[in-house]
Amino acid sequence: MDWSPLWISLATSVTATVVTLLTGLAAAAWREGRKGPAMALVDGVFLLPLVLPPTVVGFLLLLLFGRSGPLRKLFLQFGATIVFSWPATVIAATVVAFPLMYLTARAALEQVEPSLLQAARTLGASEWRVFREVALPLAWPGILAGTILSFARALGEFGATLMLAGNIPGRTETIPIAIYFAVEANDMTQAATWCVIDIAISLALLAGLYYWMHLQAPERVRWARR
Amino acid sequence: MALEVQIEKKLPDFTLDVSFRAEMDPLSVLGASGAGKTMLLRCIAGLERPDRGRITLNERVFFNSEPRVNIPARQRRVGMLFQNYAIFPHRTVAENIGFGLEALPRDERSKRVAELIGRTHLAGLEGRYSGTLSGGEQQRVALARALAIEPEALLLDEPLSALDTHLRSQVEIQLQETFAAYRRPTLLVTHNMEEAYRLGPRLMVLSRGRVVASGAKERIFQRPPTVEVARLTGCKNISRARAISDHSIEALDWGCMLRLAQPVAQPSGFAGIRAHHIEFVEANGAASDENIFPCWLVRSSETPFRVTLFLSLLERSSSSPQPESAQLQAEVYKEKWQRFRDKPFPWHVRLRADELFWMKE
Repeated sequence: MDWSPLWISLATSVTATVVTLLTGLAAAAWREGRKGPAMALVDGVFLLPLVLPPTVVGFLLLLLFGRSGPLRKLFLQFGATIVFSWPATVIAATVVAFPLMYLTARAALEQVEPSLLQAARTLGASEWRVFREVALPLAWPGILAGTILSFARALGEFGATLMLAGNIPGRTETIPIAIYFAVEANDMTQAATWCVIDIAISLALLAGLYYWMHLQAPERVRWARR
Repeated sequence: MALEVQIEKKLPDFTLDVSFRAEMDPLSVLGASGAGKTMLLRCIAGLERPDRGRITLNERVFFNSEPRVNIPARQRRVGMLFQNYAIFPHRTVAENIGFGLEALPRDERSKRVAELIGRTHLAGLEGRYSGTLSGGEQQRVALARALAIEPEALLLDEPLSALDTHLRSQVEIQLQETFAAYRRPTLLVTHNMEEAYRLGPRLMVLSRGRVVASGAKERIFQRPPTVEVARLTGCKNISRARAISDHSIEALDWGCMLRLAQPVAQPSGFAGIRAHHIEFVEANGAASDENIFPCWLVRSSETPFRVTLFLSLLERSSSSPQPESAQLQAEVYKEKWQRFRDKPFPWHVRLRADELFWMKE
């Protein structure tokens, strides 16, 4: 059996999660404390990949990175063609995982008691230091939960990946795509094997996350008490 | 050295419009909840932006609307204490106190922290987290943390109101010690008049965003200029009144004529007297004596050491079984009350001319 879809899926999901963590956190931090109707639009755009059909996301990504897409030239300068290459799987997974990271990171940051941030400011801390040394450590449990959810979502990405990255065995064939083409080829054993593996990884992640949150609970109660 | 504030800021229900100068003596800011006290402190600390005006501390301009200046909170060097203490829960006591000292080399920082721990009586708690500290300890950590940056002014936002009575007096003593040693502009916001009186020699009373009284605390408590200030400073007896001559009035709600030591300024206004200033006297059959009136008890309410007596100056008429509503509240120590509680009515009270005051609306 060819194990490459497992390694491709893991490499794609890890990379996409790291990118999502950084961009989602940055977006959530930037959004903190901003008000107004324009922000509703920003939230809408950030959350759109969560509700759009994967085919729409895939189509939009093809427009951006395709033959006459504006981002194609940018990446060509670094010698990379995105479409039908491994980075395409990362881009597709990042875009669909981003809303989950953004949502959980925002909720976690909003829960930090505002007077703690204000106290830090009056003590001379820069905004960066307030974020890094007060907001982030206190929001950390929520952000970690968002990271795990993002990883699970990236692992499960199928539609946009197929449209942008195609199905090149050994390069862009992730587990979900391998399952689809195994069924197409009537190889039910192969499809079932990948399904079991996929369910096992996702279940382990989600159950692990909830178990960890359960262990954290007393500590978070202690921190929130005032 | 002085803090000078003259700001306006539109709030949902009213406009905060305040102007004052605070020097080295602590200034207590007294007001009901929602009077704009906290917003005032937050504007000075740089956590909120006024719409208009100017804030300066020792010639440093913190905020100015024209030309525009708005120094960020981190550069103001103003220490602030919060009602909920705002101790960083993920840092130890020592790390909390050292938070503002990042720029110092490690050994110097720990020396400063140790010194502050000594000054605020926190020895032994250096390694603890806020969840394991009492409210009083947390507020002392917050005080040490604010003092660590050697602030040029200190702002305290209801620092004692979340504390139990016995912890409150501990922290209050700590604050008094600190104020005595510190000698920089200090603002203490509170809705508790006794706290305001004990902690600041100067007092400013705020109501719906405006200063309604300011000056020496003794003066404001003895002669509140308005009904509102009288209520905020705990005066229980206030009656509509009408001037009769320069020093005599008719108190319409109490139903009596009174002589005042203070000259009466307007044809109509209000008369007030504090509950503990009402004296109980022997009748001697001389009810015509100055400001002495027969009275009847409507009800009483006891605290451990004192009793509040709700009195009416009108005899209960036999035709109406309902008790008259109380018009005066007197407060006496229980020992004193024991001596006259069983005497037959009417009792006699004296509203001394020099304890009565005249107020505007």
